[in-house]
Amino acid sequence: MTTSLAPRTAARRQPSPSGMSPLARKRLSRAALNTAGVLVFLFAIFPVYWMVSTAFKTNDQIFTTDFIPIPRELTFEHVERILTEGVAGNSIWVYMRNSAIVALGTVLIGAVFALLAATAIARFRFRGRTSFLILLLIVQMIPAEALLIPLFLNVKRLGLYDSLLGLIVINVGLTLPFGVWMLRTFVAAVPKSLEEAAWIDGASRFTTFWKVLFPLVAPGLVATSIFSFITAWNELVFALILMSDSSGYTMPVALQFFFGQRGVDWGAIMAGSTMMTIPVVVFFLLVQRRMVTGLVAGAVKG
Amino acid sequence: MTNTSTIARGGGNLPAPERSSKRSRRQAKPSGLPGWVIPYVLIVPGLLVIAGLLLYPLIQMIIISFQKVGLRQIRGVPADWVGGDNYTQVLDNEIFWSSLRNTVLFAVVTVTLTLVLGTAVGTLLNKLSKRMSALVIVGIMSAWAVPPVAQGVIWRWLFDADAGMINWGLNLLPDWFSEMLFGRSDWTGEPWLNDPLSLYIALIVCVVWASFPFIAVSVLAGLKGIPSELYEAARVDGSGAWRTFRKITLPLLKPVFSVLTILSIIWNFKVFSQLYVLMNGPTNREAFNLSMFSFAEAFRSPPKMGTGAAIAVILTVLLLIVTAVYIRQIVKTEEL
Repeated sequence: MTTSLAPRTAARRQPSPSGMSPLARKRLSRAALNTAGVLVFLFAIFPVYWMVSTAFKTNDQIFTTDFIPIPRELTFEHVERILTEGVAGNSIWVYMRNSAIVALGTVLIGAVFALLAATAIARFRFRGRTSFLILLLIVQMIPAEALLIPLFLNVKRLGLYDSLLGLIVINVGLTLPFGVWMLRTFVAAVPKSLEEAAWIDGASRFTTFWKVLFPLVAPGLVATSIFSFITAWNELVFALILMSDSSGYTMPVALQFFFGQRGVDWGAIMAGSTMMTIPVVVFFLLVQRRMVTGLVAGAVKG
Repeated sequence: MTNTSTIARGGGNLPAPERSSKRSRRQAKPSGLPGWVIPYVLIVPGLLVIAGLLLYPLIQMIIISFQKVGLRQIRGVPADWVGGDNYTQVLDNEIFWSSLRNTVLFAVVTVTLTLVLGTAVGTLLNKLSKRMSALVIVGIMSAWAVPPVAQGVIWRWLFDADAGMINWGLNLLPDWFSEMLFGRSDWTGEPWLNDPLSLYIALIVCVVWASFPFIAVSVLAGLKGIPSELYEAARVDGSGAWRTFRKITLPLLKPVFSVLTILSIIWNFKVFSQLYVLMNGPTNREAFNLSMFSFAEAFRSPPKMGTGAAIAVILTVLLLIVTAVYIRQIVKTEEL
């Protein structure tokens, strides 16, 4: 880095008006950049840190007007309380489990459908292909809030009200268009010649798909699945209207119940939020790069 | 001859000999179903999901917006047609206009701030040393990963009237400075989340904090793709940083910015979870946005699904207009 800077500074024709040497200027701007970097880092991380640290602070350190950056003593009382006493009549585990069931169910069903459709788009030229692609783009523009009322009525009619299955079905619908859109780039990236070689050797379509294409697309499938998982895990509004019995609440809904009664138990709600956030942060760090390519690449390459 | 050898090598599906004999010997075609059927078989499940869970409800929503759907209709009584009544009712309601204003102003401010901050941070990341940028990326990733509900929870705590760190931080400012900027110096007990305006300030901070990382990382990815010779050339020609940014970076990243702008508009137009947490459910009618207004009409007793659907239709149409205008502009200038 520093060596490559030398010729650039040499290319400057005049010394800077402030009279500083080019090297000093460079050092100064590097220091300024690093300072900016640290500020951005702090701005981004502080609220997250504040959530986690509040979860482990004693109540007298929480309900104070002082700024206590590092907890003076750590406590697990809030974590214990939400695990045993819980909220809205159930331990927080019940809500974590419900959220996990909904998210995993969405991923499992969605992944199969998305993989099939993405293979069709990326591997075949068929009549209606372009229309299907455009349809995928358009349905992504539909705000989920617009589907709230009809889906609520349909779910009630089908007897899926208050059932996690109903939530899974809806989340599959909400995540599928983007899943197909993202996965198709991964399928297209596998060279077709590999499959052709398998065909020449007499492999059936299914064998080719399962033994050749699938292992190569698997990383992309994981990335897409994690995206669907996070979407379903975070989903609030459908869970809010489709679950009336508290034993079926998902985490986003359950967290609402820490508010409301007399005063807010901030230690408990921060412990709950931390529990809900951890899986997402882990997944995010795993697929971060792929997610950006998936979101932007499709549209940019047009 | 050739067929027998293929079969002998174990092509599981046993294609009819007379059909395959018509094929050329080394053609790369698999055995099994005729090729043209396969893509349709593959997209049928996905198509059914999209049709059943997205397109059909969309049509239903439009129909419901012309009906009266209350408690009795939810229980199964057929709904009555009321023509455009729901729409006139909505348009006559002051809350609709304040919701519309809140939605649009929030989207404009948030999209602008997110894009500016995200681009600045993306450019910064590109200039930082490897280790430093890795650190910053971990930081912004953590912010980005926080679920919307938890985002709301965190900022509701930070903006808390008594123990919130925002008030603590504002109290730290020198009195004369605070007085000059805000006309007050004591922030103790300031209830941010009661008044619509200050509630939206908190919401904007929350959403910008959570969404600038995506912009920053995308811009960084775009910047990495720009050949460094262009910047070298600009530097040799004595172009300043701002000029280089405007004349090289911006035009080359235009496609990226188009996508990011559209996505940000769509996301911010219908922000729900964070607002729901920050204002503690649909409580403060003056602080509703269109999503919240539609939700409150339809799901707070007494449920007025028809009016709720009418609001949702208006929201969807607005979103489609925004994206359509934008997409047309892109097609015209051939950015994509």
